[in-house]
Amino acid sequence: MLLTSSLVDASRLQFALTAMYHWLFVPLTLGLGVLIAIFETKYYLSKDEFWKKTTQFWSRIFAINFACGVATGIILEFEFGTNWSNYSWFVGDIFGAPLAIEGIFAFFMETTFFAVMYFGWNRVSKGFHLASTWLTAIGANLSAFWILTANGWMQDPRGVAFNPMTARNEMTDFWDIVFSPTTISKFGHSVFSGFLVAAVVVIAICCWYLLKKRDREFSLKSIKYASVFGLFAIAMLMVTGHTSAQTVSKTQPMKLAAMEGLYRGQNGTPFVAFGILNSKKEVDNDEDPFLFKIEVPKVLSFLAFSDFNSFVPGINDIIDGGYTYKDKNGEEKLALPFNEKVRKGEIAKRALAVYGQFKDKPAGAQKDTVLMQAQSYLDENFDYFGYSFLKSPKESVPNVPVTFYSFHIMVMLGGYFILFLLIAFWLNRKKIIEKKRWFLFIAIISVPLVYICAEAGWVVAEVGRQPWTIQDLLPVNASVSGVSSGNVYTTFIIFVVLFTTLLIAELMILFRQIGKGPDGIKWN
Amino acid sequence: MEVGRSLWILIIIKLIVIFLILRLFFFKPELGKYKTDRDKADHVIENLTK
Ligand code: HEM
Repeated sequence: MLLTSSLVDASRLQFALTAMYHWLFVPLTLGLGVLIAIFETKYYLSKDEFWKKTTQFWSRIFAINFACGVATGIILEFEFGTNWSNYSWFVGDIFGAPLAIEGIFAFFMETTFFAVMYFGWNRVSKGFHLASTWLTAIGANLSAFWILTANGWMQDPRGVAFNPMTARNEMTDFWDIVFSPTTISKFGHSVFSGFLVAAVVVIAICCWYLLKKRDREFSLKSIKYASVFGLFAIAMLMVTGHTSAQTVSKTQPMKLAAMEGLYRGQNGTPFVAFGILNSKKEVDNDEDPFLFKIEVPKVLSFLAFSDFNSFVPGINDIIDGGYTYKDKNGEEKLALPFNEKVRKGEIAKRALAVYGQFKDKPAGAQKDTVLMQAQSYLDENFDYFGYSFLKSPKESVPNVPVTFYSFHIMVMLGGYFILFLLIAFWLNRKKIIEKKRWFLFIAIISVPLVYICAEAGWVVAEVGRQPWTIQDLLPVNASVSGVSSGNVYTTFIIFVVLFTTLLIAELMILFRQIGKGPDGIKWN
Repeated sequence: MEVGRSLWILIIIKLIVIFLILRLFFFKPELGKYKTDRDKADHVIENLTK
């Protein structure tokens, strides 16, 4: 049953809000944990109390963020069961396994060692404390890994077989799922975005102290480490951004085309460095997609396939099919047109319906033959199952403006942060940073910018893959449950209130602690 | 430890809202009304093949 679009929209809005709020808390935890571990290692090696104080101050900032963010992700899991029940059932244990590992192992590890890190000063040995700090940082990043494994599978489903008896995907190859190139790129890119967020937040807080002419040594030394850490993060973001684009080009070519507003591809496709989209452009008209654009020749081909002359299909090419491409297993294939994908999807759907009708019939030769035939039709066409729910080619295209602008905001801010971190490092090295008040202000303004950049990344990944909850297998309109949209809006409002209160609480506690400064912290 | 106290209060309130209010009153698993996995599977197959 396909449900009304208002329910689908309400459920999507609710999920998007929860995920975006959740991602406000996560990246700082990922990056700051590692920076703190580096500061504490410095303390362990130098035995200099200054580094202990530095570690303790940043640990407190970490603790505030951690306390506000912890458990906000659980709500996403509730939403799966209530609002996305078809989807939850259909993904089977693919989701359950990584999330269970996350819950039991990584999260447990993170919180246990976090307790030692927070309460253990003067209670455990220095070495044990240092190990706990590192394990907290590693645990947080491992948590992210398992969650991104589940997300990566939705973008690039593999290592499973669909069982028509249970209507669930069953895992056939755990390692194929865990080490899928999509998951690895996603993990790297998300974690390094967290490192960048932490570096910028640390620099900004220190720049505020410098503006106020206080805590000078603490600030200069923190900036030194944070700027190097940030430069490392941004370099890795470029590398993993490139590998992400490569996996997207293989597994989600429509997302890549939407990211670039590309309707017709060519060999040696240029990269639109800056562009203003034409709002009149639709999939089925001849309007120019852009009102204005600045292009860099051949760079999109390179970004997508590491080859300046490769063909990158545009939105209309993907709908029309007929071009050759290498699939995710490296096999050369001819792209099918949209209508052919729908036809195959419908065969798979009919086969599932027949299977469903016959599976409970009494055993007999007729039942065996029908089930065998249905199974073989399913095996042959299941890769396109999701297309059976789409009514027109337009429905297979994500929101181009949202995907395009989010991608360009992310990349442009990426460029900005290279510059920002190089200047921070250089001014600090020359010991003139505190005299450059303009830079101290820019550093503070950069905090919202780095969060916008990280959120924009998720918008690219998640809006860009629409209409799919599971790429090619299940679209959003077939994934939702039969709950009322009013119900979904009620919980939506509760979330807005809950999360906004949390955010305000976090900021208030955070600002108070920052105001006290590193010397105002008393540890037991 | 005054920050510690604020954080604990925050965590406890949050967990109460999430588990005792949201989970119990708003987020009932949709397939929870079916007793067996077989019934759940039939329901989903019916939804997906209509
Ligand atoms: C500068 C070059 C960059 C490129 C080429 C790039 C490329 C990409 C691509 C292709 C995706 C979509 C991946 C997918 O859908 O699977 C993505 C997602 C994302 N990006 Fe970037 N990115 C860049 C910079 C940044 C920066 C500076 C940040 C950090 C703050 C960032 C944060 C994210 C996040 C959080 C996601 C969502 C998670 C994911 O799908 O990996 N990106 N990026």
